[in-house]
Amino acid sequence: MSYTISLTVNGDRRDVTFEDARVTLLDLLRERLALPGTKKGCDRGQCGACTVLVDGRRINSCLTLAVTLDGADVTTIEGLARGDVLHPVQASFVEHDGFQCGYCTPGQIMSAVGLIAEGDVGTDPERIREGMSGNLCRCAAYHGITEAVLDAARRMTDDKTRKSA
Amino acid sequence: MTVAKPLPHDAARLHVTGAARYVDDIPTPTGTLHLAFGTATIAAGRITDLDLAPVRSAPGVIAVLQARDLPFANDVSPSAHDEPLLSGSTIHYLGQPIFLVVATSHLAARRAAKMAAITYQKRDAILSYEDAMEADSRFEDGPRIWQKGDTDEAIDTAPHQIEGQIAMGGQEHFYLEGQAALALPGEDGDMLVHSSTQHPTEIQHKVAEAIGRPMHAVRVEIRRMGGGFGGKESQGNALAVACAVAARLTGKPCKMRYDRDDDMIITGKRHDFRIDYRAGFDDAGRLAGVEFVQMTRCGWAQDLSIPVADRAMLHADNAYHLEHARIESHRLRTNTQSATAFRGFGGPQGMLGIERVMDHVAHTLGLDPLAVRRANYYAPSVAGGLSAPHAAAPRPPESISGQMKSGEDLTSRGAVDDVPPGRALQAPAGVQTTPYGQPVEDFILHEMTDALAATADYATRRTGIADLNAANPVLKRGIALTPVKFGISFTLTHLNQAGALVHVYQDGSIHMNHGGTEMGQGLFQKVAQVAASRFGVPLDAVKITATDTAKVPNTSATAASSGSDLNGMAVKAACDTIRDRMADLLAEIHQTDAAAIRFEAGEVHAGGKTYTFAQVATLAYENRISLSATGFYKTPKLEWDRIRGQGRPFFYFAYGAACSEVVVDTLTGEYRILRTDILHDAGASLNPALDIGQVEGGFVQGAGWLTTEELVWDEDGALRTHAPSTYKIPACSDRPAVFNVALWDAENREDTIYRSKAVGEPPFMLGISVLMALSDAIAACGTTYPALDAPATPERVLAAIQRVRDAD
Ligand code: FES
Ligand code: FES
Repeated sequence: MSYTISLTVNGDRRDVTFEDARVTLLDLLRERLALPGTKKGCDRGQCGACTVLVDGRRINSCLTLAVTLDGADVTTIEGLARGDVLHPVQASFVEHDGFQCGYCTPGQIMSAVGLIAEGDVGTDPERIREGMSGNLCRCAAYHGITEAVLDAARRMTDDKTRKSA
Repeated sequence: MTVAKPLPHDAARLHVTGAARYVDDIPTPTGTLHLAFGTATIAAGRITDLDLAPVRSAPGVIAVLQARDLPFANDVSPSAHDEPLLSGSTIHYLGQPIFLVVATSHLAARRAAKMAAITYQKRDAILSYEDAMEADSRFEDGPRIWQKGDTDEAIDTAPHQIEGQIAMGGQEHFYLEGQAALALPGEDGDMLVHSSTQHPTEIQHKVAEAIGRPMHAVRVEIRRMGGGFGGKESQGNALAVACAVAARLTGKPCKMRYDRDDDMIITGKRHDFRIDYRAGFDDAGRLAGVEFVQMTRCGWAQDLSIPVADRAMLHADNAYHLEHARIESHRLRTNTQSATAFRGFGGPQGMLGIERVMDHVAHTLGLDPLAVRRANYYAPSVAGGLSAPHAAAPRPPESISGQMKSGEDLTSRGAVDDVPPGRALQAPAGVQTTPYGQPVEDFILHEMTDALAATADYATRRTGIADLNAANPVLKRGIALTPVKFGISFTLTHLNQAGALVHVYQDGSIHMNHGGTEMGQGLFQKVAQVAASRFGVPLDAVKITATDTAKVPNTSATAASSGSDLNGMAVKAACDTIRDRMADLLAEIHQTDAAAIRFEAGEVHAGGKTYTFAQVATLAYENRISLSATGFYKTPKLEWDRIRGQGRPFFYFAYGAACSEVVVDTLTGEYRILRTDILHDAGASLNPALDIGQVEGGFVQGAGWLTTEELVWDEDGALRTHAPSTYKIPACSDRPAVFNVALWDAENREDTIYRSKAVGEPPFMLGISVLMALSDAIAACGTTYPALDAPATPERVLAAIQRVRDAD
């Protein structure tokens, strides 16, 4: 039996047909849609390297079956920048050197975007660390990561206040 | 000058946009096949029957290979030829590859690999230290023993004696990017291999042997790894060889990537150690004599275990002058994964032995452990000190080649047995020496300890903690300040060499290549800074390119923290050759001295005229001057006889100190790191931002090794902690709440690249401060010494608290 779904990935509509209902969103992105920016660290929901946004919420794409995403709106690390202009979280990771090997970085950034959007942690470093603790970094670039998220959170809140003012 | 700047990592923009490519991200040609190993489910024994028919008929399977199907060498060992890619019939550990499935997809290969019907004849597995000692199951003929002075006499006649034992676990690398390789067959039997490896030359060598071609037919390329930490020094051999063999057989590109569980079950980890010690000391805690018996479980194959165990012996002194010392090292062969390189390479284990002794001595005497440590420090460096002895005259190449076995991989750290020993040196009179006879001439820990104790407010906090502990029966705090002295150089002396290739194009842009590999440590950035500064051009004029065995041959692994030391110097040599040619040309044109020509800020100033760097490149080209050069570097001053344990294996030492405070809940054994202050010696840092990142990352990883990261094998030899759910590496929230890291800003007294120091491994051992702080907190529960083993999981901490309380 085959399954066909239609979803939006980084703003583009994609129609996909599978023979196997067990294909994860991570494999769909990496192997079928040529979007290898999302990384596979553990493939079992325990490292966060595969974090993407589905309808604005951060999820582990290795734990999400692609067939369940008919009509969903998926954003990956490749879809975050607007042309040449980096998303504030991306810019902040560059500025604070929030990585070493970079393998966890796409997941960290997507997770940070999701976390900031959730709006519960504000700019409290302790809560940011807690909120990011599902994204492992074996290089332990945690200092830069926390600083980057904190800085981005501040900037994005400022922007919001300015816009609403 | 572009050196010494806190620049971010190269490829930063690529990383944050997801465009940075790792091996698994390289687009593969259609028709690429995927590989998986079928692995053993027992730890020791023999295969009596192997039915692969179900595997062969599984969907998507193209071929299934056994040991007997391999056309050439069945060997992926970096050292002793004792590591077959596929087991013929003997099983040495649970997880050992037995057969190779080649299929149309990764999943198809993995599913098929599970379908074999294998019958075994089991034998008792050798798993523990005791099992191995009893069976005399070991590498080398017997224990390696180094002796300095008369230990028995010194210990027995000292006013106080202690003895004890510390066990410390291994450590899974958990590089976030798992092992991966991709082989693309070319014409005439050539093979291009993309491998996530710290040692491209070794991959090239093992692949060449496995496909029966000379090394020139194999090209290995690696742009970056998603973490290595030593786990990609030899553990990638199996995947690359498997891919190349399958690619040769099928004529199709072949790719292999370990799933995380497979990665953890198949590959080697840090060596676990058990160290017995005996020491004699005076009332101030100064050691008169000390004796260590180090035991390590090396796993089933030799791999790099010999140099790892050597380095543990070489760090049995850490920062302390041991006049009478005996170090005995047992390298045990067990039916477990073949333990391998991991950041520190045995150094952390050896160092933990003496740090435990310091802690135990202080507890016995009721002294501040820091006072005992300081009482035992090496003497301070003498300004202008004694010059080190001269290097031995180079040996004629014939004398070496006569002693080589053919096919020996001389670029591996494991190649100990086939390399003639270096000459041992005589220490200059009056200088304190390590137990292996190297003079310690650059000891800066006195000053560093003073500075750190002051900024961390050690003395006041120690008193405050004692008061808090007296008042609080449940929560106990502990604090410890521990030093690190780490030897820099490969202990296999001939590996201390590096090559580079630099081209300048007519437009002034620069292509740079060297033998080092990038795994997140920032090597490429540092070396590019060197190149840019030699030519006086902005950093973006330098193109950082993938490591490629066709550009720079016969490289050593990027390991032993040597990456920037070696490759920085080689790149500098190559750049200087080209720059000198340019300067000579301009000197001739302007009738001036070549030495007066300045290269800076993208310009070249010659005889009152200013050119852009690009103009000079064009001019040189038009004047038929070569704008391409190789560079080469070998570390000076090294002389080392590892059998006798005598000489100067290290060019210099890197230092550091950390002060950590913890709080322990004595009802549950749970704890937190409240604060850590670090002062680390990176010499004149090439890039303080990158170095601070290395220091923080190293500390966190070291603390992880000693606290939460626990490997558990069951009685059948199965690794039970083979996923992040059961094996806990530090997360963002585990970092100390207060974490201050500073670099000790002083030039290396040895002539290294811009007087910097290596920084990859030394900070790892700063994590020892956490274990010692935990010991301090537990000691507050009673009067008995806690004798805390590592990893100090909450369970182990709770058990130690019970022990201390029960003893009182
Ligand atoms: S790959 Fe999805 S959480 Fe690790
Ligand atoms: S930067 Fe290497 S895993 Fe995070």
